[in-house]
Amino acid sequence: MFDLLISPFTEFAFMRRALAGCLALALGATPVGVFLLLRRMSLMGDAMSHAILPGAAIGYLAFGLSLGAMTIGGIVAGLVVVFAAGLVTRASVLKEDASLAAFYLLSLAAGVMIVSLRGQNLDLLHVLFGSVLGLDDASLLLIAGIASVTLVSLALLFRPLVMECFDPAFLRGVSRWSPVAHYGFLMLVVVNLVSGFHALGTLMAVGIMILPSAAARLWAKGLPMLLLLAVLFAFGSGASGLLLSFHVDVPAGPAIVLVCGVVYFVSLLAAPGGLLAGRLPVRHHLES
Amino acid sequence: MNRLALPMIRLDNLTLGYDRHPAVHHLSAEIPAGALVAVVGPNGAGKSTLLKGLAGELRPIGGRILLPELPAGGLAYMPQRGEIDHSFPVSVFDVVAMGLWHEIGAFGGLSHEQRRRVRAALDAVGMAGFESRPIGSLSGGQLQRARFARLMLQDAPLILLDEPFAAIDSRTVDDLVELILAWHDEGRTILTVVHDLEQVRRHFPTALLLSREPVAFGPTAEVLTPERLARARRLSEAFDDNAHECHLEELPVVVAPDAAENAHPHAHDHGHACDEGHGHAHPAAQATPRPRRGLPRH
Repeated sequence: MFDLLISPFTEFAFMRRALAGCLALALGATPVGVFLLLRRMSLMGDAMSHAILPGAAIGYLAFGLSLGAMTIGGIVAGLVVVFAAGLVTRASVLKEDASLAAFYLLSLAAGVMIVSLRGQNLDLLHVLFGSVLGLDDASLLLIAGIASVTLVSLALLFRPLVMECFDPAFLRGVSRWSPVAHYGFLMLVVVNLVSGFHALGTLMAVGIMILPSAAARLWAKGLPMLLLLAVLFAFGSGASGLLLSFHVDVPAGPAIVLVCGVVYFVSLLAAPGGLLAGRLPVRHHLES
Repeated sequence: MNRLALPMIRLDNLTLGYDRHPAVHHLSAEIPAGALVAVVGPNGAGKSTLLKGLAGELRPIGGRILLPELPAGGLAYMPQRGEIDHSFPVSVFDVVAMGLWHEIGAFGGLSHEQRRRVRAALDAVGMAGFESRPIGSLSGGQLQRARFARLMLQDAPLILLDEPFAAIDSRTVDDLVELILAWHDEGRTILTVVHDLEQVRRHFPTALLLSREPVAFGPTAEVLTPERLARARRLSEAFDDNAHECHLEELPVVVAPDAAENAHPHAHDHGHACDEGHGHAHPAAQATPRPRRGLPRH
């Protein structure tokens, strides 16, 4: 048991780094994912993850596999798409999903084209699927830094963000926090997707945001419990995914997301908010 | 004008609308502080639009809204269909406590005293004991009671309620009317969109009858006469999708005899009566005349 679960981490530094990266992602990206889920923007997170590709690709094209260039490029591209889509939503008849879809599709196409200019599919795979087992000190620091910034920002934005999700009209009525909460949150989404794409790649980064959140939503009634459960699910899945990848010799990114998926399906079956709970016969209902 | 008796709301030749089509057309009125006003009229008469405009959610396309006596944050607006997300995991207590925003802001904590007031507000709307229930488990009437409790904590001198009694059972309506009357006794200014005319006659001293054009504003008994109600219905039926531009806002600021050629010939060959609310001068309403464009798009 010790050999199976603990020794991979004690013996190999790259496994410890990967585990630390997963912890940082679970603490930073997953709470953001919870709010994406509650705002019904789960698919938007997926769209955003594609939107950061051209920025990272331009950084890659100009400076090679440079952490700083790809990070800044990705964040800039993500923010451009977020604010351009927001502008179009406010100033035209298009709703947010349509304007965002337009921008992210263009962004994705541009990104794939830019990556292919360099012409090595191996690099494209790295950008798309990340390298959680190859995290160096700089990447790890970046991921941990983004997680810290995210936690502090979420703590500061918490009340306005909850109100913006629950009753935006009321928040607009009592304060000017509504756009701050909305765009501040979208910026958090962008930086966390960039952080996730170093570890898991652009395509998998959304997985560790949304899947643990969706699973936790099936169990939790209140928001604090929901956030806590989602983080625990995410970290648990990260650790299990790494072990799976280590023992069975499969890529780590997909393994982590698939373990998240297992947690989600188990929750779907067993949780009080899941598929079975409402269908079981009620033997004794309450008096009132 | 007597400086002491400034009105709470002054509407100056106000036109509100969507896509250049007016929904509230040339409305001028002064609503004194402490008034309890029922806003009545057929569907599409511009009642909700007027409240939206007052709440600052809709920019006037002509004229002005003046709220001279209102302190910052002194307006509480309850839209008809809030954008409330019923599946969001918050408790009734949390929702009602949102009404304390003006005291605690984004970062402040709730003191013991404030928690007590939240519970007292829930008690006042008949929802004691519901504190920890998730908001999604409430019925329509209970949710409306919770929204009233939140409104109560906002402690606003000006309250705008858009159809607060829609799809609510009669017992809940009676309770909510009691709350509104209590707020009226506390000296707050309240505008409520109501459809039940009996209720208006019974409880609301003042009424504003709209039908896109303002029809009448004053003591309820004088406003809700059969003739005026019939006129409101007639006006709301005469709606022209291809309406011509209304150029009332281009009137000179002061109508002097020598400015006669500036006063536009009102070629109102179309259905709606543009000359409703301008039996008086319009101070500084729309200083720059809008350029003529072609037919309004729609």
